[in-house]
Amino acid sequence: MSIKLRVNGVERTLDVDPEMPLLWAIRDVLGLTGTKYGCGEALCGACTVHLDGQPVRACVTPVRRAGGHAVTTIEGLSPDGKHPLQQAWIELGVPQCGYCQAGQLMTAAALLKAKPSPSDEEIDQSMAGNLCRCGTYTRIRAGIRKAAGGKP
Amino acid sequence: MGTRARPSRAACLVVSALLGAAAAGACTGGTDQGTLTPLRAVGANELRTPGDFASIEDETERSRALFVEAARVLTHPRCINCHPNGDVPHQRDSMELHDPPVLRGPDDHGVVGMECTSCHQDRNQPHTRVPGAPKWAVAPIEMAWVGKSLAHICEQLKDRNRNGGKTLGEIVEHNTHDPLVAWGWDPGAGRQPAPGTQKQFGALFQAWMDTGAECPKEEER
Repeated sequence: MSIKLRVNGVERTLDVDPEMPLLWAIRDVLGLTGTKYGCGEALCGACTVHLDGQPVRACVTPVRRAGGHAVTTIEGLSPDGKHPLQQAWIELGVPQCGYCQAGQLMTAAALLKAKPSPSDEEIDQSMAGNLCRCGTYTRIRAGIRKAAGGKP
Repeated sequence: MGTRARPSRAACLVVSALLGAAAAGACTGGTDQGTLTPLRAVGANELRTPGDFASIEDETERSRALFVEAARVLTHPRCINCHPNGDVPHQRDSMELHDPPVLRGPDDHGVVGMECTSCHQDRNQPHTRVPGAPKWAVAPIEMAWVGKSLAHICEQLKDRNRNGGKTLGEIVEHNTHDPLVAWGWDPGAGRQPAPGTQKQFGALFQAWMDTGAECPKEEER
């Protein structure tokens, strides 16, 4: 089945099973490997991408749902890797092993778009579904604060 | 066991509705209370039909009994789990709090980054076992059922200020045909469905409405 979608601003046509997880389509068909496979059950957030700006877990989202819609992956978060969150991430050394960070950044970016100056409580509530085995949560929170223009 | 106890409990509620709380012991203690005809025994996964309540002559009491039977669906984990009396929905038969940790948010669809539809699709996902249906959401707080009496739930369902502005007929229609309600009988991934069928559930609500939409007394749970 042919599915048309816009990925990081580029129109793409995929000839895939409509029930294929969006994550498979992104990584294996389109070759965009920045988005990571973590748990495969929407429990860890590593695969988070934006569907029309809303964070979704690509591992449990069938690609048919993205048909006719816009998908943004970590590769498309900014044209030059200089999204305020990415800059804060680098300055504060947020990533450790880094595996979960694409998902962390995509959720954090959606948060800041909806709430440019989130409280710590709002940060915790929105980021609660993104797990980090390295335990970088305090740095993630600091990075979001910094990107929001506040003190880390 | 809890699952096997449900039918007899429902039957007891009907008896106590007829005779008052003092007669409730007749259900479990086996004392002779006279001419009452017991309701048809059904399994935990079945619902009685409106016809099963024909032996209750008093229409008010029959209406109450019909609601108590329909409430076996309302209070089933597949249904009540997303009618929390707080900000976090429940999951599983044990009604544990939803994991990952989610909140109802400003519009009952989650908070930014953790919306219901960040994970839940318009249908069940068999490979990942994530449940899904159209309009997946947490019921508004005024529709909270967890920890509430059947009397409270009944009055809420009838109150247009707390039921989404629906008439009784619209409530019946909603319960009979709504696709999110329908998920309760098709929960996927080996989950235990609500008892009976949606059609039977709707028929009970129709019969309840037709008999005056009477609510159980507060002590009936």
